[in-house]
Amino acid sequence: MPFNLLVLSCVSYVVFLFLVAFIAERRAAAGKVRWLRSPLVYTLSLSIYCTAWTFYGAVGSAAASGLEFMTIYMGPTLVFVGWWGLLRKLVRIGRQQRVTSIADLISSRYGKSNLLGVAVTLISVVAATPYIALQLQSVVLSFGVFAADDREGTALWVAIGLALFTVLFGTRNLDANERHTGVVTAIAVEAVVKLAAALAVGVFVVWGIAGGPSDILARITAADRPEWALEPARWAGLTFASAAAVICLPRMFQVLVVENADETHLATAGWAFPLYLLGMSVFVIPIAVVGLEMLPDGNPDLFVLTIPLEAGRGDLAMLAFLGGFSSATSMVIVAAIALATMLSNHIVMPIWLGLMRPAVSGDVRRVVLLSRRLSIAGVLALGYAYFRLSGGGEALASIGLISFVGVAQVLPALVGGLFWRGATRVGAAVGLTLGAAVWMYTLFLPSFGAISADGFGIGWLRPHALFGTEGMDPLLHALFWSLILNVAGFCAGSILSFPSPMERLQGAAFVGVFDTAPGPSGWAGGAPEAEDLLVMAQRILGEETALTLFQAEARAQGRAGYLPDPTPAFLERLERRLAGAVGAATAHAMIFQVAGRAAVTVADLMAVADEAAQIMEYSARLESQRQELTRTAAALRDANAKLTRLAEQKDAFLGQISHELRTPMTSILAFSEILMGDVAPEDARRQAGIIHAEAIRLTRLLDDLLDLSVLESGQVKLHVSDVRLRAVLDRALAAAEHVRPRHDLTVFRDSGAEALVLRTDPDRLAQVFINLIANARKYCDAADPQLRIVVRAQDGGVTVDFIDNGRGIPRPAQASIFEKFARLDESGQAGTGLGLAICREVMMSLGGTIAYLPGQGGAAFRVWLPL
Amino acid sequence: MGHVLLIEDEPNIAEAIRFILSRDGWQVTIYPEGAGAVEAVRCVAPDVVILDAMLPGQSGFDILTRLRADPDMADLPVLMLTARGQSRDREAAEKAGVSRFMTKPFSNAEILEQVRLLVPR
Repeated sequence: MPFNLLVLSCVSYVVFLFLVAFIAERRAAAGKVRWLRSPLVYTLSLSIYCTAWTFYGAVGSAAASGLEFMTIYMGPTLVFVGWWGLLRKLVRIGRQQRVTSIADLISSRYGKSNLLGVAVTLISVVAATPYIALQLQSVVLSFGVFAADDREGTALWVAIGLALFTVLFGTRNLDANERHTGVVTAIAVEAVVKLAAALAVGVFVVWGIAGGPSDILARITAADRPEWALEPARWAGLTFASAAAVICLPRMFQVLVVENADETHLATAGWAFPLYLLGMSVFVIPIAVVGLEMLPDGNPDLFVLTIPLEAGRGDLAMLAFLGGFSSATSMVIVAAIALATMLSNHIVMPIWLGLMRPAVSGDVRRVVLLSRRLSIAGVLALGYAYFRLSGGGEALASIGLISFVGVAQVLPALVGGLFWRGATRVGAAVGLTLGAAVWMYTLFLPSFGAISADGFGIGWLRPHALFGTEGMDPLLHALFWSLILNVAGFCAGSILSFPSPMERLQGAAFVGVFDTAPGPSGWAGGAPEAEDLLVMAQRILGEETALTLFQAEARAQGRAGYLPDPTPAFLERLERRLAGAVGAATAHAMIFQVAGRAAVTVADLMAVADEAAQIMEYSARLESQRQELTRTAAALRDANAKLTRLAEQKDAFLGQISHELRTPMTSILAFSEILMGDVAPEDARRQAGIIHAEAIRLTRLLDDLLDLSVLESGQVKLHVSDVRLRAVLDRALAAAEHVRPRHDLTVFRDSGAEALVLRTDPDRLAQVFINLIANARKYCDAADPQLRIVVRAQDGGVTVDFIDNGRGIPRPAQASIFEKFARLDESGQAGTGLGLAICREVMMSLGGTIAYLPGQGGAAFRVWLPL
Repeated sequence: MGHVLLIEDEPNIAEAIRFILSRDGWQVTIYPEGAGAVEAVRCVAPDVVILDAMLPGQSGFDILTRLRADPDMADLPVLMLTARGQSRDREAAEKAGVSRFMTKPFSNAEILEQVRLLVPR
């Protein structure tokens, strides 16, 4: 196949990926992310675990060591199926702490220690560089298979192309959530191509070349080679290393945690990802066996390509080539993004900020983007440089395994940090350093002959026989010693050192991440960071105030809804606003906690503590005031209880008195009435009449007192019904007829207006009217006594005025006539002096009023009732 | 003339009522307490009973309830008197099956009229 055609198809494929990523980004920007963020896409994106190393190298490994390649798939399968809880915890923490990379996670867990961030970043970069070189090499090798005229520039052009793609889609926007919808979608597409290619070649080999499954099985049995015997130690070691790698590899962390859109997607990935791995690995042995038969002299790493070519199936070989190309490119892109994020956040930006310290102002986003892009270019340049310097060579798989053991050094600090509150920064640093050093010394440096195998002449320092452990497989030897020393250093350092408050805080947050209320699940569209800020602001400022503030900001930015973009200007304003409520230092720390991932410094924390002390002093003062209030309230409660008790006693007393007085009154009245009869002499009859009248007056006083007591206590029972005002007045006038002494009284009424229907207690209202009419009858001193009853409906109520033509009530007395026993005359008229007081109480309980109406000539009262 | 049984513990009130009714030609028997009042009614077999609400031993309401429970006296006219003119007492009396209800103090003419209404001659 001509070289140019190959380049053309490669470029077309890359352009296709560009389009996929571009369209996905556009859809994401438009908020249509549901399909792009489905569990399926998430699972497919995890497939970057299968790089060119697994696509090509698995067959090579199978040809050389039989089933051993399976360990690379078994590790992740065990983690996804067996330790699903760890992944869930990682994802939850990643979301809650807004983690951007595995270095960020470790740094954040151990008190936001940037030193640890730097350490993890360095280990990751060192471990990943050969791995990236490996991908470039695989592309170059696969090119070589097709085009005999191998060109030196291939690797360079591939590296440049990948850098371009990654910069374009990996740093398009600096969203705080660090998710790259376009890249993830492109990678999912590549995952499908990879799987399709692997399955197609496998099916072709089994049914196209061999005679079906039984034939293949027979060939596998026949090909039984001595080097295919299983080595249990290597199996266990490699399975463990690959399990550690799937958790600790920066690119895996990127797709697993950072790009995770919804925690529940993990449930799908839990079974779907192992299934994907099964699909990738099921035909590896058949391809290796058939390849060894067909091409005994060929490079087993390239059987996936060379078998179809040998069989004359150029199209299948092309598909396989694209599968390998996909494997290589997807790994490089994600690894570059993940490493660039780490490099930029933990090394480049701190240095830049340190250099620019006095001049930091305004928008640093541009700087961050620039630093990201330079980091991406740097990572790919490193990979390319390693490829050029190492000159290819070595079987692909061994480079991958070296890388695996390297990133596995992060495992103790990671897992320990998630499950052990006592883990400290010192422990993590000691463990990481020891493990990384041992890995460098025993595995990484010897892999390209950078140190001699004799350990500088010191017997126990030989890189492949540390402390005299001879005869071990070099990889297992390195894995064993590096992790043993790593874990020992981690535990010892953690136990012997004392965690800072920040470490304790973060430790509790990480270990107990499921103890707190579940965080918001699913960031379907929108701006999650602004939402977090809103939640925080609501807690501090109150719900309505915060919503108003955010809405105003959003409107100022020209957005609908409540969530403005978290621009620096907005954050600054929000911080000032929060500072008013919780203090400047706390507000600063809180905003940074939510908005940025920048570390909260000791100085920040000290300021927070100062504020807290002030608040505590203030609250102590409040507390003493509160106690005083409580004491006062208790005293008031006692007094009130005493009053209530007294009032109850008064009511009971009045009830009793009433009975005790009525009994003698009854016989007095009865006998005086008997004496008033005609059996007695004239004088005696008249005097008995006086006794009788006074007894009646005394009884009435008793009744009024009792009535007033009931009304004043508010215990009066109303019998409300609809009644015509005229009927009530008729009844009152008829009842007032019997009032003595009896004067003639002419009553003028307005029967039209009296047709009103009221909803009230007719008996009680009549009681009031009777009182007023009786008063007019008793006290009107005009020669021709007249009473006008005027009814008017107004303002949602009705007024009934009782106006007589007497002298009226003198102004000084008007104010007191509704008081008890406030009688005007000393004439000894029959009356208790309680009538108007009772009227006032009755009107109050009916929801109306009664008042004296001055300036009407005679005495005038106005009764008002709501309608 | 009719026979009135007056169950009243206040001797002065009992005397006044006795005088008023006797003058009108009624035969009046006085029983001065609550305890044994029901038996007294059964024994005397009056045409009308005047019953005070508050009696020592047994309340007028209880006596009335027991009278109404006896088929022989279920229709006996009973005029009840109470010194506590509250509506609660009136309701209790009506529930117990009272024929007439009056509050103390009363006028002489009033009580005479009520008794005459209860026992038509």
